[in-house]
Amino acid sequence: MERLGSGIEAGRLSTNEYASNFSDLHPRLDKHEALVASDRCYFCYDAPCMTACPTAIDIPLFIRQISTGNPLGSAKTIFAQNILGGMCARVCPTETLCEDVCVRNTAEDRPVEIGRLQRYATDIAMEAGRQFFERKASSGKRIAVVGAGPAGLAAAHRLAVNGHDVTILEAREKSGGLNEYGIATYKAVDDFAQREVDYVTAIGGIAIEHGKVLGRDYSLSDLTAEYDAVFLGMGLSGVNGLGVEGENLFGVDDAVDFIAALRQTEDKATVPIGRRVVVIGGGMTAIDAAIQAKLLGAEEVTICYRRGKENMNASTWEQDLAASKGVIIRHWLAPKSIIGKDGKVAGIEVDYTAMTDGKLATTGETGIIAADQIFKAIGQSFVATGLGALQFDKGKIVVDSQGRTSIENVWAGGDCIGTGEDLTVSAVAQGRDAAESINSMLAAGAQPASAVA
Amino acid sequence: MADIRNNFIGIKSPNPFWLASAPPTDKAYNVERAFKAGWGGVVWKTLGEQGPPVVNVNGPRYGAIWGADRRLLGLNNIELITDRDLYTNLIEMKQVKKNWPDRAIVASIMVPCEENAWKAILPLVEETEVDGIELNFGCPHGMSERGMGSAVGQVPEYIEMVVRWCKQYTRMPVITKLTPNITDIRHPARAAKRGGTDAVSLINTISSIVSVDLDSFSPNPSINGKGSHGGYCGPAVKPIALNMVAEIARDPETYGLPISGIGGVTTWRDAAEFLALGAGNVQVCTAAMTYGFKIVEEMITGLSNWMDTKGHQTLDEITGRAVQNVTDWQYLNLNYIAKAHIDQDACIKCGRCHIACEDTSHQAITAMVDGVRHFEVKEEDCVGCNLCVNVCPVENCITMEALPAGSLDQRTGRPVDPNYANWTSHPNNQMARQAAE
Repeated sequence: MERLGSGIEAGRLSTNEYASNFSDLHPRLDKHEALVASDRCYFCYDAPCMTACPTAIDIPLFIRQISTGNPLGSAKTIFAQNILGGMCARVCPTETLCEDVCVRNTAEDRPVEIGRLQRYATDIAMEAGRQFFERKASSGKRIAVVGAGPAGLAAAHRLAVNGHDVTILEAREKSGGLNEYGIATYKAVDDFAQREVDYVTAIGGIAIEHGKVLGRDYSLSDLTAEYDAVFLGMGLSGVNGLGVEGENLFGVDDAVDFIAALRQTEDKATVPIGRRVVVIGGGMTAIDAAIQAKLLGAEEVTICYRRGKENMNASTWEQDLAASKGVIIRHWLAPKSIIGKDGKVAGIEVDYTAMTDGKLATTGETGIIAADQIFKAIGQSFVATGLGALQFDKGKIVVDSQGRTSIENVWAGGDCIGTGEDLTVSAVAQGRDAAESINSMLAAGAQPASAVA
Repeated sequence: MADIRNNFIGIKSPNPFWLASAPPTDKAYNVERAFKAGWGGVVWKTLGEQGPPVVNVNGPRYGAIWGADRRLLGLNNIELITDRDLYTNLIEMKQVKKNWPDRAIVASIMVPCEENAWKAILPLVEETEVDGIELNFGCPHGMSERGMGSAVGQVPEYIEMVVRWCKQYTRMPVITKLTPNITDIRHPARAAKRGGTDAVSLINTISSIVSVDLDSFSPNPSINGKGSHGGYCGPAVKPIALNMVAEIARDPETYGLPISGIGGVTTWRDAAEFLALGAGNVQVCTAAMTYGFKIVEEMITGLSNWMDTKGHQTLDEITGRAVQNVTDWQYLNLNYIAKAHIDQDACIKCGRCHIACEDTSHQAITAMVDGVRHFEVKEEDCVGCNLCVNVCPVENCITMEALPAGSLDQRTGRPVDPNYANWTSHPNNQMARQAAE
């Protein structure tokens, strides 16, 4: 296949280009780099980074442990708060969390490299197969966890530590959730998501059953009947449509499917990509799809977002990364219709938009962008099936501060709840905290009234 | 343009930066390179008596401690005096002096504490036409086990005796190098002066173990699993050296005795501080061993630029300027009251001042004000100790501000007394009260 062949084709690049493009975005710091980077931490009192971390990792302490040549102690500090600290080190938008509030920004506009240091310590511990937690004596309690994504894994681990037996029911073939299916390939290379699942489950007491779909193979009431408690940690399986003409043409695809398929494909040369690609959306999914389209050899990749740069959900750092890979980001453009030719995508007509009287409106001006592939990345939705009388608000599960749902003995966390933040690290925090709540309930032997009436 | 030419006890050099007697000055090759780089003088690595040369260990000689980013802060060594033949050194010294007549070369000497030993070597050194001699009474390792180096420097009577022999048997200027491994540096300095020394130089290295290998449990540097104390030097020892230089400079018995300042001089600023505390010039070793000879360029230009900025014309205008300000604790003004002040614009909100004060001092810095992360000095609790200034990572963010006379000290509730008053007359001083009674 020629690099500039039109249409959606595979094999646009050489083997070496594919290998280089999909290698580790930020290789792990070596020991010397880690020592230099850790030396920059001021060991702040009541550190802002720690407050900014959804899992409240004691960042100054783990960095100090690295600086003193104690990476295993450092890893334990991280895993004590976040058992998925390895993946979070890779995918957290640290530039909007811990590193955003690092006092070094004030001092010299360059934060301590917290994410990369976290990866340094967690990689060392995981590669050594070092487990830091032991299971308590068996409680005899059985808990069902729905979904083997970040929330479910974090909940399962904390429950297992407390001596409970956990069964995770996962709809897909592999565990990991978005860590396995939703992360850009270059952020988690070498099958890291599966290695992390193995590391988490090595604690023991966690069984994962794959191919078990809620609403198809079982219902929530089946679980509440059979288990002492249930944690719901499902992701968002629905993809929002554009609602414009031509959406069903060949060449219009969901960005999440593209990202997932790419992750599952060993040989990237077999993944077809358009010569000219347009991505509709302004979040992380749009960025990940656009960058990877470019890395697969697309000649021209354009992100169209209907609002301004400052409104994009993707962080500035991610936007800059996309720009550095040659992705064009265009703002104030909304899809009007998709233009087809011979049943295939030929381009997209867009409306120019502006804020008028505080509302987003089209200006009347339109434009056409030639494209042979269009990715939709305008958000995902929670598809609720088999959840019975569970209470929802705006399509998401309602929970209290401990993650308790409206149904007795049922907790939830991650993207499926109303307060889900679309972040791996938040899902981990919610899973972990729900597990603590479940444990308290079981330990008390009490049967609390449902938290949400 | 400031004149930084140096005249130290009649030994002239184009600048006050000499290389100390140590590995960098062990042979002509190094010294030639040093002079090409711009060093004003060298003290040649210590010569021993004629005979079979000294033998060094064949394993590691140096150990170190590091700060952030592996910046070398302290170095120690177990190397002995020159392990080259005496005449090889003497011939090279004579040739280098001939090649570089405007630079200072001083011969460091360490021979047994016997009159004949000194009487024998002094004419040999004198024949090289170098500018002077330095008596090595300092090395704390190896040679001291044989009754030389610091074994002499630790006994004032020996110092006086050997200095006297040297003054008797040579017309070369004599610099007596002192060991810091004693209780009170003034005693060996006084002894050297009684013996007639022209100057003292200090400090030599400090007895030290830099680290222990936690796998083998051997001290470092490790020679086949064993270690021996070494001589410690580098930036870490500077404060100790500055104090010892000042003690000698302000001691009535040694007041005015020329001092060559040694100990952790790494930058022009370090050198200026030694000069201010009474040194006539400085000797450098570890900084050169860490970065090479080129650092002297920074020292020369830095000192010169600072002197220009401050209007100091010559080194004599600097030497000893701070000596009168070094005093005993008992004479410090107890009516001087300072409070820490945090510049909120410069503050990066790391909170280190707070936790240092809260955990270990006087609970005088806030962490939170009205629910907001905010670090501010509580004047009513601040004793002005300066710890916050020292732990703050931002220079000049926290400063100590003196309270003007007459203003209220919120900690004591009393106005600041404008009069100088020290411990000797303080009502809490029982000894003062007894004396008055």
